[in-house]
Amino acid sequence: MKREEKINDVLKKPVGVIYRWLGDRIFLSAAVILGLSIIFLSFSMAWVLYGEGRAAFSEFGFWGFLKGTTWDPGIQLIFGALPFLLGTIVTSVAALLIAFFPAIAIGIFIAEYAPRWLGNIIENLVHLIAAIPSVVVGIWGIFVFAPWMRETIYMPVFNWATENSPSLLPVLGNPMGYGMATATIVLALMIIPFTTALTRDAIRQVPKEQREAAWALGATRWEVIRMAVIPYARGGILAGAILSFGRAIGETMAVAMLIGNKNTFPFSIMGPAATMPSVIINEFREAVGSLHLSSLMAIGFVLFVISLIVNLVAAYITRKLSISGGQAV
Amino acid sequence: MKSFAENKTLFQRNLWDRFMVGLLIVSTILVMVPLLIIIGYVIINGISALNWEFFTEELGSPARAMQGRPTGLVHTIIGTAVVDLLALIISAPVGLGAGILLSEYPDHKLNPFLRIINDTLNGMPAILKGLLAFALIVKPMGTFSGLSGGFALAFVMIPIIARSTESALMNIPWSIREAGLAIGLPRWRVVLSTVMPAAKTGLVTGFLISFARAAGEAAPLMFTSFGNNYLPNHWTGMIFGPVDTLPQRLYSLAISPYKEWHAMGWAAGIVLLVFVITLFVTARLLTRENKYN
Repeated sequence: MKREEKINDVLKKPVGVIYRWLGDRIFLSAAVILGLSIIFLSFSMAWVLYGEGRAAFSEFGFWGFLKGTTWDPGIQLIFGALPFLLGTIVTSVAALLIAFFPAIAIGIFIAEYAPRWLGNIIENLVHLIAAIPSVVVGIWGIFVFAPWMRETIYMPVFNWATENSPSLLPVLGNPMGYGMATATIVLALMIIPFTTALTRDAIRQVPKEQREAAWALGATRWEVIRMAVIPYARGGILAGAILSFGRAIGETMAVAMLIGNKNTFPFSIMGPAATMPSVIINEFREAVGSLHLSSLMAIGFVLFVISLIVNLVAAYITRKLSISGGQAV
Repeated sequence: MKSFAENKTLFQRNLWDRFMVGLLIVSTILVMVPLLIIIGYVIINGISALNWEFFTEELGSPARAMQGRPTGLVHTIIGTAVVDLLALIISAPVGLGAGILLSEYPDHKLNPFLRIINDTLNGMPAILKGLLAFALIVKPMGTFSGLSGGFALAFVMIPIIARSTESALMNIPWSIREAGLAIGLPRWRVVLSTVMPAAKTGLVTGFLISFARAAGEAAPLMFTSFGNNYLPNHWTGMIFGPVDTLPQRLYSLAISPYKEWHAMGWAAGIVLLVFVITLFVTARLLTRENKYN
């Protein structure tokens, strides 16, 4: 009864021109304006970072700023971004190399091998771990992981090197625990859940027929994965790895807490270094000179450009490979 | 193309299969264990550092902790709630509007471009969103403020909400919309009164996930809400003055030289972790219920 009344109510509403035509117009334009505001936000990000960093670019030149190896906010007021640029790229590439195969292994394991209950548990756990805030990983790194690395790995290696091959010492660097290797390992741990989730999504898109065909030819389980599943999911896995790389580039807090923050060049394996996000976090709050502030913004702009390229490449690969043209399903 | 069975006996192929299974299981365990160890450490150290004062006192100067006087993070917890709610209020309409545009007007000319831009914005490092909020809001206002922190976190949440709204609305079958249109409803009423109520669970899940992501971000807050060791004198100070938030306070505590503050950092860590995980598990449970219906 009530349902019918409701329907009648709806039907009795004024269905005049204003209600339909104007209502639709207003609704659509509101949605378009809100959508445009996202586009505006992205463009203003580029504009603002470039505008604020322009003083540094005009002082040192765009390439000069990128190639400069000196970062001295104290006395000489010379700013060059190369130590941070290389620090970011080296840590991110190394973290991706460490994380890539284990992450894919977990993705394949939960998708193809694990019984459903176990796969579900691991998958939920992976998503949960991906949600851990980066500062929380950072506090574990500062108080547990870095001291442990120093005692069990860096010190023995360092002592061995001092006795047997002193020429290695500058490559190894200062074994204080906070440095490049520690930050890279923690970074790898942090991007593994992300890569795994994207690998899992890519494998989920493989049609069942693809597997069944391989089974029917008498393939073993591993052969099904190698011949039927991985070739199909290849593009998705690749895009996932690139997105994880983007994640690693922008990862700020845990890296800033663990990398030791040394603004000079060159750096060593165990010794302290710095990345683009970590130098912004460390110095932005204390930057006094306008050139210093502008240089930090300019580093932000460089970080923006690199992330933009990484994201567009990943988007291109996914669009190339997906059937829906990027529409959410 | 080479056959997979070429030059191999069945025994060899099965052996290889077994070997790969073993490799996959070993690497799964090798990765999951350290990740669980992180959670374990935070829980153990955090619980031993938690006490009642943590939730009732403000932080004050380092001397206060070193002299053994009660200190806590009540101002941080309130500040986190204020900044996160501001972020939700700012981001919800933008994310919903863009999501509606993407799913309900699939042929709109703006959509392919908007989708790429939105995904790119989502992939941008959070620290850049903090710099943007600094330039757009802190600089004109002339002061670090909770409001600018809310905007910075909103920039983190908007792309996630837009995407999750799109996929929640796309889950509703097209026939529901057609039913609405067939009884003479205009398009906007169809979206607001039939599609969105039907997609309620999916929408809420998206909000929760984006909220959980933003609540753990420290980088955008370092130079927007800045941090504060005390409760402001008047409640407006929470919005228009520097505000403390959990992730950013956790960072300051962890890099401080005081042992007492390190312990408090662990306590802040477990509070933050429990908060984020609760949001996350709620979101997961909601989607599961949705699947069975």
